[in-house]
Amino acid sequence: MSDAFWIILTGSLVAMTSGLLGCYLVLRKMSMVGDAISHAVLPGIAVAFLLSGSRSSVPMLIGAAAFGMLCTWMIEVFTKKARVQEDASIGISFTWLFAIGVILITFFADQVDLDQECVLYGEIAFIGFETWLGVPVAVWTLGGLFLAIIAFLYFGYKGLYITTFDPEYAATLGISVATWHYLLMGAVSVTTVFTFESVGAILVVAFLIVPAATAYLLTRKLQQMLLLAAATGVIAAVAGYYLAVWINASISGSMVVVLGVLFAMAFVAHIARKASPQKQKNLLPDNG
Amino acid sequence: MILLSTISDFFSFSDPNVLFVLAGMVFLGISSSTIGTFAFLRKRSLTGDAIAHSVLPGICLAFLLFDTRNLWVLLGGAFVTGWLSIFLVDIVTRKSRIKTDAAIGIALSVFFGAGIVLLTYIQQTGNAGQSGLNNFLLGKAAAMSPDDIITMMVVSGIIVLVVVLFFKEFTLLAFDPEYARASGMPIRFLETLLTTLTVMAVAVGIQAVGVVLMAAMLITPPAAARFWTNNLKKMVLLSVAFGILGGFMGAFISYTDNRMPTGPWVVTMTSLLVLFSLIAAPGKGLAARWLLRRRYGEKVGRENTLKVLYHLKEQHPERQTFTMEAMLQRRSMDPVKLARALRSLIKKGMVVRQDNGYQLNTSGEEEGKRIVRIHRLWEMYLTEKMNIAADHVHDDAEAIEHIITPEMEEKLARLLDFPDKDPHNKTIPW
Repeated sequence: MSDAFWIILTGSLVAMTSGLLGCYLVLRKMSMVGDAISHAVLPGIAVAFLLSGSRSSVPMLIGAAAFGMLCTWMIEVFTKKARVQEDASIGISFTWLFAIGVILITFFADQVDLDQECVLYGEIAFIGFETWLGVPVAVWTLGGLFLAIIAFLYFGYKGLYITTFDPEYAATLGISVATWHYLLMGAVSVTTVFTFESVGAILVVAFLIVPAATAYLLTRKLQQMLLLAAATGVIAAVAGYYLAVWINASISGSMVVVLGVLFAMAFVAHIARKASPQKQKNLLPDNG
Repeated sequence: MILLSTISDFFSFSDPNVLFVLAGMVFLGISSSTIGTFAFLRKRSLTGDAIAHSVLPGICLAFLLFDTRNLWVLLGGAFVTGWLSIFLVDIVTRKSRIKTDAAIGIALSVFFGAGIVLLTYIQQTGNAGQSGLNNFLLGKAAAMSPDDIITMMVVSGIIVLVVVLFFKEFTLLAFDPEYARASGMPIRFLETLLTTLTVMAVAVGIQAVGVVLMAAMLITPPAAARFWTNNLKKMVLLSVAFGILGGFMGAFISYTDNRMPTGPWVVTMTSLLVLFSLIAAPGKGLAARWLLRRRYGEKVGRENTLKVLYHLKEQHPERQTFTMEAMLQRRSMDPVKLARALRSLIKKGMVVRQDNGYQLNTSGEEEGKRIVRIHRLWEMYLTEKMNIAADHVHDDAEAIEHIITPEMEEKLARLLDFPDKDPHNKTIPW
């Protein structure tokens, strides 16, 4: 198999996994919390590197999950206990944690095998270096993650659906809104960690939000939205790769640029359709 | 002592670089904290994050188009894309069902992605002048040139000037945009002006802390300042002070060890200032609020103890002293808290300790009587004037008896025409 195939497959797995989760973030108006978590896991990854001295996934996962939770907890303390408004709480928490992560990586540069470029935009071009049974390790882990997230979304479909669209009704049915909230946040943290090496801490936000928002412009049915988001992600992974090869630039960055173009196209289509008098079916609530 | 000599070394400016770094921190603090305060009050803090990430492609494009590293040209590019991102966020949220948070997330990540593509593209062209562009990612506070400082000074001067000129309008826009609109203010113009100033502040700051952490310079100092004051002018000055202080502390730490990156340390120190304010600020800080709650709890404990003693005396007019057991039987209380309340009351001279228990003094009896009177008056008020059943009024009276002032008590008494009995047929003591 060629490098191109593996890189596109990796990009597609990242884009599909994050795109599916992103649908729920966008519908729950929690896009910026996803942004915050993806920045906040950096110190966790750095600490795990320092303690374990390797890139093995288990310590990284634990470290990142711990800091992902720390970030949500900090936001909560700032808003609930200290009565700081939510947008500022999010902004303070994730910039601080990200700053600590950068400090750790710079200060222990000789012990932490992570450079600033990797943190900022990943190293998807090098995923083919480490293989197991002829398949890059990254594809194994991201494939496993993809299946795990699919299973989570499949078995948790009802719970996620009802707590997303009608949390009050869910509460009266005895479904714990907080549990589903933290399950979703946990899934986002885990996804961020696994996708970190490929696309970096900042671009993963694009993979979380942009495909979901694009799909949200095109449909009002949740199942269609999930499928469209995943498809958008795959298109961006394929087209982004060839764009990057063509101009010889960052692959993950190019995938994000294609995502931006796809969103712009969906937006124009949305405006054009709104301008035409044809009536739409209102299935998903406007959520506003 | 090593620390002291390092500090004196640092401020002696024997290293001219230190002077540049500190000057840069001053202008960074002035520009970003001033404009950040208005973004904070308008609950638009994350807009700053979007702008900060979005300036990256602008810088790269300006470099590609004009093939120069002239700072003014690069900042011009930054200005264009930073501004464009906010314009697009505005259009997307107005014309579709995408919400502001998602629109901000899209703008910041896509613009940043485009910036990364351009940056990597420039790097592989092998252009000799490209080496500095990387610095815009995480800043280069420790290596700023006099030219950089002058640019920062000019831009922050413009920002301060505009904010001073439009202070009244910006204040109204921050606190009451509806009223501002109704009174015919050019809202769109003012909002655009604020956005423009934010983009300028970002352009100044990215030199020092980089596009990724720039948002912190806009958000964190005003958040810290908000704990200390309710006055906008004071808040602006205070957040500038916090911004500069955090900048100095961060610069100092990176001075002590050259492996320490300046920008992230500045952000960390400013965040610590928020943490400090959150705990220590008078009034709004957690410590002050905890103390207030504790004092109130102690007051309630004392008043409840006096009330219990008064009730016991009412029940057994023949006795003067009552044991703690008797009090606990009359009212379920935490024995530790009861003991503490009794100690405090003895110190205040309201209760006297006797061999076989505790006795109310004259002043203690007066106070106990007052609490019982308010309690029963309130029960009376609720049943008589609010038509609430007599068996539903006790809990409410339990809470209000510690709050009602003598003036309110007199009003209540007048309103009810000085009744003798409460709804449970107990005597109201006058």
